[in-house]
Amino acid sequence: MSTATVAEQYRALRQEAAAAVEALKQKPVVWVGTATCGVAAGALKIKEAFEQEIKERGLDVAVLETGCMGHCYAEPMAIIAKPGHVPLCYGRLDEGLVHRLVVDFLDGDDPGYEYALVALEPNDLFPTFSDFPRGVYEEKMILEQCGFIDPGNMDHYLARDGYAAVAKILEMKPEEVLAEVKAANLRGRGGAGFPAGEKWEACRKAPGEQKYVICNGDEGDPGAFMDRGLLESDPHRVIEGMIICAYAVGASRGYLYIRAEYPKAVERVEGAIARAREKGLLGQSILGSGFSFDLEVFQGSGAFVCGESSALVRSMEGKMGIPEVRPPRLAESGFRGCPTVLNNVKTFAYVPAIIMKGADWFRSTGTAGSPGTAVFSLVGKVNNTGLVEVPMGTTLRQLIFDVGEGIPGDKKFKAAQIGGPSGGCLPEAMLDVPIDFDSLQEAGAIMGSGGLVVLNEDDCMVAVARYFLEFTQHESCGKCTFCRLGTRHMLDILTDISRGKGSLESLELLQELCEDVRDGSLCNLGKTAPNPVLTTLRYFRDEYEAHILEGRCPSLMCKDLIVYYIEPKKCSKLCNVCVGSCPTEAIYTRDDGLKAINQEKCVKCDNCLKTCPVEYNAVIKLSPPSLLAEKEGKSK
Amino acid sequence: MELLEGEKEQILATVDAILNNQPLQKDRLIPVLQRVQAELGYLPGLAMEKIAAAAGVSAVEVYGLATFYNQFRLNPPGKHQLKVCMGTACYMVGGQIALESFERRLGIKEGETTPDRKFSLERVACVGCCTMAPVVVVDENVEGHVTPTRVDGILLSFEGEEGKTRGEAKSPAAVESEAKP
Ligand SMILES: Cc1cc2nc3c(=O)[nH]c(=O)nc-3n(C[C@H](O)[C@H](O)[C@H](O)COP(=O)(O)O)c2cc1C
Ligand code: FES
Repeated sequence: MSTATVAEQYRALRQEAAAAVEALKQKPVVWVGTATCGVAAGALKIKEAFEQEIKERGLDVAVLETGCMGHCYAEPMAIIAKPGHVPLCYGRLDEGLVHRLVVDFLDGDDPGYEYALVALEPNDLFPTFSDFPRGVYEEKMILEQCGFIDPGNMDHYLARDGYAAVAKILEMKPEEVLAEVKAANLRGRGGAGFPAGEKWEACRKAPGEQKYVICNGDEGDPGAFMDRGLLESDPHRVIEGMIICAYAVGASRGYLYIRAEYPKAVERVEGAIARAREKGLLGQSILGSGFSFDLEVFQGSGAFVCGESSALVRSMEGKMGIPEVRPPRLAESGFRGCPTVLNNVKTFAYVPAIIMKGADWFRSTGTAGSPGTAVFSLVGKVNNTGLVEVPMGTTLRQLIFDVGEGIPGDKKFKAAQIGGPSGGCLPEAMLDVPIDFDSLQEAGAIMGSGGLVVLNEDDCMVAVARYFLEFTQHESCGKCTFCRLGTRHMLDILTDISRGKGSLESLELLQELCEDVRDGSLCNLGKTAPNPVLTTLRYFRDEYEAHILEGRCPSLMCKDLIVYYIEPKKCSKLCNVCVGSCPTEAIYTRDDGLKAINQEKCVKCDNCLKTCPVEYNAVIKLSPPSLLAEKEGKSK
Repeated sequence: MELLEGEKEQILATVDAILNNQPLQKDRLIPVLQRVQAELGYLPGLAMEKIAAAAGVSAVEVYGLATFYNQFRLNPPGKHQLKVCMGTACYMVGGQIALESFERRLGIKEGETTPDRKFSLERVACVGCCTMAPVVVVDENVEGHVTPTRVDGILLSFEGEEGKTRGEAKSPAAVESEAKP
């Protein structure tokens, strides 16, 4: 065993990594974003195109992969860092643009500013992130390196002082580490906002030789991908946080529970664990300190309820993931009956910076009760979709209209769905609510783990409520009667309403059922399942009433309450696009050359509306369907 | 479901290789099921029985796990797996429409496999590419912005392959599969 101290060992590792990164900077580098979102937009083809073009010209340029910068709306993206130029980021790449960049910039000297999105370092020529509204609000504590380092190359993390926090705590007492995390008032980012320090302390104090640290990467909220982004783009940060936690609580083994739908995250985390082990940052006697800790990935198998802590642990034990009555809390009796800390991916990711920069630094951002930042996956009807990180206390309005740059087209904002199936839909009037654990709860939603879906006037709130109920109903593990049957009953009522068959009495019943399910369920799946219904009833009751009383879906979304219609005044006669696009041959040409829809055959697939050329826009939806007779009568 | 010729042997050999004559700890059950499914594409009853025996638990217990978790399938998948995302972001912008388009084109329902075993159709909850909604995972590739026209395009891209697809596959006599509650 080497006699070097922890600090010396770390310094040697870091120096070696820094030298490798420095060597890389001597020549031009193309970084292609290849997280799942980038790949879905064609990043691998873009990477190949760069490689091909570079090879053809015999250039000495490295093409590397990086994670997700959070600007998913502009994927596929790449950064070109060429010595002598500011590093520039390019978005919406295609093969033609790659060709141009290679010829003009890498082979020549013209960066092609007209194609660049943003510069990554301050300069006189081109704006940087901080020159955009989004940059003004964003403050990156945990996403800082996502999209700027190669997650597959540990040197990149080390060179940016990665694992310095591990080296630091190994020379501290575990109690001191605990005290720092407690002082920071780091609240769990998995949804409930429980203080991490308290949880860790309980686990540390719990009797038992064997203790475990588990990272919850189940990310069950359908419509959210923060944890995926982080695990794919900066896995070492999460691993580092887990090592620190293990040291503080006295655990020797840990697991990352990652959902099966995220194969790329699994692959990158497993790679990162292997490399950390090679460098002596995981395994026996980390950095020669005598402290040992090792990690493993456990793949979830696709059950939403397994994100719940006791169900998660049961599923790791090879059982069905059914939540258990608490106490005992996991900190006392968790995995295999041993004291266990379970935290969300993001919660662990904050820890290294808290250790390096201190609790005061962390608390200087955000609000008094919810310090730090909040990470959101901003999706739906908003211009800048992607991963964003803003200080707690930022309002929803700032998040949607400044960071997200508002709603596309001339559509009107309707609601922000926050917190997924456990959360709620907040209307325009609630947009000035600051984002923090407590304010959102008061508004009827929850902070959740960071899913934020923006809805506009085309989105029906009854359909949204029904969607989430269908989800929770399907995912209920069946243990509690109210959760199992109450949600079923609620779903039936909502289905009826969306078909125009509801009654005002059924709304009352729905409200009552919400309360019963909330009170009669053991875990938060059932307790919070009514939230999407309660908030839509509270803020959008008029939409429910339109469905019930008029058989009308104001957003023209509920299939049973709409019909498609081709406006004779707008139809061009000469164009046949809609006829060709119809999968059921429901569209025909009338004797006068205009197109019309045979309602018997129409399956409301939306194809004709989507394909009708914008200059005509002749296909429209009508609700209630009885409007059709009126329209047809007029056109004759 | 009837096993084809040689399938039984293949199943047994695969499970044997994965179990590797080691006693199976109960908390390795799920990872083992995941590996078997990765190799065979599904969990045949025979495989579950063997795994149960190795773990010293009843076959019902293993079957219980396989039905509890959405990831496991009890019937063979098609050669090409189509997974339509039904996460919030996808649902709101037409995930349901994409799913129905596939159902109509293939003549099967969600959870089923075409009679020629060429395609199977499933729904998944969020694959984490919400910014490209609606999303369909075709085999291992994520396709974004899937309109009904794109659905046709995806199916057409497999047209050249042996076996028949469109038109012919419209028969409603689809294979019943995925006996998920
Ligand atoms: C039905 C249900 C699903 C959950 N899903 C997740 C999840 O996907 N990810 C997560 O981190 N926490 C999830 N939680 C919360 C966890 O139970 C737990 O509170 C959290 O992982 C603790 O970590 P934290 O304190 O760092 O937030 C879920 C809870 C419930 C009731
Ligand atoms: S909702 Fe479909 S990818 Fe997230």
